[in-house]
Amino acid sequence: MSIEPNPSSGGKPGAGGEYIAALRGVHYAVDEKRVFAGLDIGIRRGEVTAIMGPSGTGKTTLLRLITGQIQADSGEVVVDGQDVARLGRADLYALRRRMGMLFQNGALLTDIDVFENVAFPLREHARLPERLVNAIVLTKLHAVGLRGAAHLMPQQLSGGMARRVALARAIVMDPEILIYDEPFAGLDPISMGVVMRLIRSLNDALGISSIVVTHDVQEVSQIADSSYILSEGRVMASGTPRELQSHPSPIVHQFLEGLADGPVPFHYPAPDYREQLLGPGGGAG
Amino acid sequence: MRQSRAIDVSTGLFVLLGLVAIVFLVTQISNREFSLTDTSFRLKAQFENIGGLKVGAPVKMAGVTIGRVEQIGYDMQLLKAIVTLRIDRKYDEIPNDSDASIFTAGLLGGQYIGISPGGSEDYFKDGDQVEFVQDAIVLENLISKYMFSQAAKDTSGEPEASSKAPETKE
Amino acid sequence: MSLARDLLAGARDFLARAGALSRFFGRLLLLVPGGLLRPRLIVDQVYNAGALSLAIIMTSGLFVGMVMGLQGHDLLSRIGSEESLGTGAALTLLKELGPVVTALLFAGRAGTALASEIGLMRATDQLSAMEIMAVDPMRRVVLPRFLGGVISMPLLTGIFVAISIYGVQLIGVQYFGIDQGQFWSEMRSTVEIEDVREGLIKGFVFGVACSLIAVFEGYNAEPTAEGVGRATTRTVVVSAVATLVLDYIVTAILL
Repeated sequence: MSIEPNPSSGGKPGAGGEYIAALRGVHYAVDEKRVFAGLDIGIRRGEVTAIMGPSGTGKTTLLRLITGQIQADSGEVVVDGQDVARLGRADLYALRRRMGMLFQNGALLTDIDVFENVAFPLREHARLPERLVNAIVLTKLHAVGLRGAAHLMPQQLSGGMARRVALARAIVMDPEILIYDEPFAGLDPISMGVVMRLIRSLNDALGISSIVVTHDVQEVSQIADSSYILSEGRVMASGTPRELQSHPSPIVHQFLEGLADGPVPFHYPAPDYREQLLGPGGGAG
Repeated sequence: MRQSRAIDVSTGLFVLLGLVAIVFLVTQISNREFSLTDTSFRLKAQFENIGGLKVGAPVKMAGVTIGRVEQIGYDMQLLKAIVTLRIDRKYDEIPNDSDASIFTAGLLGGQYIGISPGGSEDYFKDGDQVEFVQDAIVLENLISKYMFSQAAKDTSGEPEASSKAPETKE
Repeated sequence: MSLARDLLAGARDFLARAGALSRFFGRLLLLVPGGLLRPRLIVDQVYNAGALSLAIIMTSGLFVGMVMGLQGHDLLSRIGSEESLGTGAALTLLKELGPVVTALLFAGRAGTALASEIGLMRATDQLSAMEIMAVDPMRRVVLPRFLGGVISMPLLTGIFVAISIYGVQLIGVQYFGIDQGQFWSEMRSTVEIEDVREGLIKGFVFGVACSLIAVFEGYNAEPTAEGVGRATTRTVVVSAVATLVLDYIVTAILL
């Protein structure tokens, strides 16, 4: 069941060509701290693209650039042929209706139950007969395996279940792009497996493009078609998971292998150890 | 949707309670006869002594409140108190030779203005002066009047000597 | 020297915040006409801010009234005008005590609830999720709560004043034995409808102020647990000060 998106001026599907979303030469800084220094990323249509990197590389910031919640200092952020930064409010909202996002902690609305949470975008954007809403919501819940939990409150759900409900909500309007912000964080192995399976199968079954931001290398490597590894505000490496395994860069190697020390040092910068312990001169009483 | 029914009912009750409270305040607490000054006309009256008359005291005819005392002032030239009465417009047929007196409600109650109708065919208009007035009865004056009348009776040879007589010498 | 610098910085922060509040208010006002198209949300919030505050308002009202009865009687009997208890109490409650105390209680109970609800939504990304789902959180979350507060406050003020006058009556007539008829007629003869209007206008003005401050603080809370806590505290403090300042301004204008 698909809901026709409102036609907007420049958003014809397929307008972006091979890439449904792209960032070109993006620079962004917050309070003098440079987050991105010339970022180039392309999200291919119909693929699962993983974006990885050590903590603090601004992965969430990247997502907010794509959804238009923040604007880059320079460079382009293009989604489906439209420059996100130049869109007016109405066009931006029209574009967002074609995206779905899964937040790290689910971000379900706590004052309504699971069913209403999933139905939320439908109720806000379309005036559908109640039977149709019911059918759509239950279908989406079924896709994530939680049709039976429709009348629980978010507080009653486990972390994994909450995230799956959020996923059902993200797909209820049949988006063209699905964005996952740390979908595996804090889940037990079973839930992780469930989420992995859902990301891949939804991507293929619904014919959408998925962006997964994460640092769970093992998990995402099994489902991603292509990956980007970010470091220090730019792309360190990109390619298929297989290509990245044999990448020469030491930082990529450290990241993928999960090594404690390497280009990203174990020790936070500190003065000389001996001096701090024993006093200057080393050993003088 | 069960939850929202209960909420609707509670909210409705709350709003109802609030409106009832406000209606209560408006009707039971305040004097609502004269909500807009536009619906009244004004009369002035001069008194030698207004006693305890206050602004806001009622103006009555035959015991029915037809207005309020709006303002009380003192005229240095006339050396009299000038009282402005605000009368509701619907009582626009008061004969213009009626008199205004200051009465006391009950024995020790507040004072008010009572208007007794005269016989004139012409009626008061906005801004008119009430010619015939009677001042407030001041208790001290009453007592000294009584004292003097007793003293007068004594000196004119009345057999009854009031026990109060010696005490009236001031 | 550093004190002066701190004061200057404080003044600048205050102005920045006041400016942000004004712009927020402006945005909110523009959304009001559209907001009235969704009565369901508003009704829910009138319940949240108003109906749920009834208990505290009514209890406080009763006790404030009774205290006024006690104190008023004591004060007036020193100057021999016990019968004026009804008048004095009614005027005080109607014009000053009622609106101000109701506003302070409202800020404490409903204001903090609004601020923490919205702040929590901010901290758990619910507001962000709404933005992504192309739903304007100002319209969906903030505006109904603001309107709920604005509608509730005058009603709560009316209820407070009515119950407190009953409390005065309880003490004055039932306990001290003032004549019931005299109590009410004295009150009726002195209290004007303008006084009732003044009280309700204050209730409305305080309602706008306290609701605005509550939703503003919640919406702009830092997205952490401490941030929400701070926003809640600030709501009460700022609402209280604003209420008292506005009280002076409104009184001066209306008198």
